[in-house]
Amino acid sequence: MKKIVFVAVMAMTFIALQSTTSDEIESGKKVPSVSLKDMDGNSINTAKVFNDGNPIVISFWATWCKPCRLELSTIAEEYDDWQDETGVKLVAVSVDDQRNLSQVKPVVNSSGWDYDVWLDPNGDFKRAMGVNNVPHTFLIDGKGNIVYAHNNYVLGDEEELYEEILKISKK
Amino acid sequence: MKLNLTILKSKLILPIFLTGTLSFGQTFGPNVTGNTETIFQYLTGDTLIGAVQPESKAVMNSYTNVNYSLKGFSAGARFESYLPHTLGYPDRYSGTGIGYKYASYSHSMVDVTVGNFYEQFGSGMTFRSYEERTLGLDNAMEGFKVKFRPTNGAEIKAVYGKVRYSFTDGKLVNSDGVVRGIDAELNFKEFYNLFADSKFNLTIGGSFVSKYQQATHPDFYYPSNVATYGGRMKLAYKDFYIEGEHVIKEQDPSSDNGSIFSYGHGTLITAGYSQKGLGVVLQAKSMDNMSYRADPGAELTDLNINFSPALSKTHTYNLAATLYPYAAQPNGEMAFQGTLLYKIPKKTKLGGKYGTNVSVNYSLALNPMKHYSDVDSTQRILYQTNVFDVTDSVFNSDFNIQIKRKINKKLKVSLMYMKFKYNNILLDGATDKTNLDNGYVKSDIFVLEGQYKISRKHSIRAEVQGLFTKEDVGNWGTFLVEYNISPKWFFAVMDQYNYGNPVEGRRLHYLIGSAGYLFGNSRVMATYGKQRAGIFCIGGVCRTVPATNGLTLTFTSSF
Repeated sequence: MKKIVFVAVMAMTFIALQSTTSDEIESGKKVPSVSLKDMDGNSINTAKVFNDGNPIVISFWATWCKPCRLELSTIAEEYDDWQDETGVKLVAVSVDDQRNLSQVKPVVNSSGWDYDVWLDPNGDFKRAMGVNNVPHTFLIDGKGNIVYAHNNYVLGDEEELYEEILKISKK
Repeated sequence: MKLNLTILKSKLILPIFLTGTLSFGQTFGPNVTGNTETIFQYLTGDTLIGAVQPESKAVMNSYTNVNYSLKGFSAGARFESYLPHTLGYPDRYSGTGIGYKYASYSHSMVDVTVGNFYEQFGSGMTFRSYEERTLGLDNAMEGFKVKFRPTNGAEIKAVYGKVRYSFTDGKLVNSDGVVRGIDAELNFKEFYNLFADSKFNLTIGGSFVSKYQQATHPDFYYPSNVATYGGRMKLAYKDFYIEGEHVIKEQDPSSDNGSIFSYGHGTLITAGYSQKGLGVVLQAKSMDNMSYRADPGAELTDLNINFSPALSKTHTYNLAATLYPYAAQPNGEMAFQGTLLYKIPKKTKLGGKYGTNVSVNYSLALNPMKHYSDVDSTQRILYQTNVFDVTDSVFNSDFNIQIKRKINKKLKVSLMYMKFKYNNILLDGATDKTNLDNGYVKSDIFVLEGQYKISRKHSIRAEVQGLFTKEDVGNWGTFLVEYNISPKWFFAVMDQYNYGNPVEGRRLHYLIGSAGYLFGNSRVMATYGKQRAGIFCIGGVCRTVPATNGLTLTFTSSF
């Protein structure tokens, strides 16, 4: 019982800590540095993600995750408009492991997604970003700060994401 | 322990520290990331679905990861708590404490980590340490890791350490055996820009892993050092690529392979082509005697050093994901898989206004041919297997086709058909073993899914699924409705009905309801009912779950 109380107190402390300092944390939290590969085998340093000072969306997904693919497909339909209006760039980080890794490029290409795609087959970036489950979507402002995150996808969530993008867009 | 204390302290003072340095530390300021997850369950048993009631009735797993980084330095820890552990975890998991901690330094040419870490060499057939928390799987290494990049396109990785075995009384328990490994990879496009202007690229790599344990066995000689090594290559030209890896494991008698004294081998070949609207992937795998653990006596998911990917589609529709799922057979299997993805163009007669997505997938896994040759001095049978030398004994076959179409701005529909053939004699996943003619369960599965956007924030999703088989426990039907209010709420109800069970008293409903709420970076979800094991996708997120009956509360948050 003592232990349960201890853990409960710990958990509450965390939540409290989070809510009281969330503004500060969110305005200063950066993308951690992890080395990954993109679909063509080129090396990527996640901390160096760059989009000319425009917003960046980092979306964790997997080929077997239906809501993830729904999210990326839904955004894909409006991606040209989003880019024109805000200059945003979307990076889709696949957490598929070796079993499904070979499906990533065909899924991306056959779906016609025009995103940067990074591969994270052993979950290094996923862990560094504190991701529990996919889909998990982050929004990065022009200075590299993580300003918004959302951990699921249902139809309509892309509109909230877009409102957040508009808030930080300089265009 | 000194490190733990430092991390604990830094976790508590960091937010203050962070706000203090923000004004001048935009680019180099300290950075804290992490997450927390708590799973609480109040369970009752259900023998029919394999759900058991733990003695304590209520169980809880909690995790908090904290990562701290400043310039090239980073450190972090994971606090774990099992009071007691949720279902799917071994009984030796108990207590609260730190199960993972590390400190590392990164420079443009070198990354060094001391403490716990995860890593993968190539496709993982020689070495993979990873975490699949929802499955209770974690073979983190504890020791030393270095990544060295002498020049662009070249990377050398070395690992040295022990493998995580358990978390008992709040303390991490590692293997007795030590694992050492080195891996090198060269990407010619980046390496002195050799193929910079070419549409051609080549990547080559190789790895060597060795485990050491003073192993003893009453009857047989067990070598103390066992090595596994392999080479790999990837060739790409424009939109086409082919890659392959071949690995060899030296003699490694273990309880997995019946203490045989033969070499193991594994080969994985993948070829793919894709362009806008089209993707094709062909894969072949040949593997024998490739179970490789830090302790030759270890079983189940314990102390694995390497990884064997299953060559079959990861199904997520409930019946297909939970009833006869196929897992790779590291003791020996030959498998083939082909996938075709095609988007029928939009504004065509067949494709409709928005286009139609078609995906076809077929996979087949077979038992390898073993040529028995001799008996060695300790009466152990020796056999040989050759790469892609196969018997006609089928482990598993899976054909599936899915068609997805957006009908209009509001409605999306998807239709899927799957045909499974599952060898229960070798894989043993059927519920009712008395009802199998020849050891196979053959099933046909149909799924119809529709998603309708009611308004800007409200949407509804429904699935109707049917599994038809004459074997095992007969036919199943599943019905699911999900109501979502973006971006905060979701509600779902699912019923699995085994209406075709040959035993009338077992024609049961497995009803489960879920509700979830999202706020900020956090999500709370409550699930009540009966749940079969498998991948469970609800409310826009997917998790792997064991069979349970009762109430599950999940809280996750990222920071």
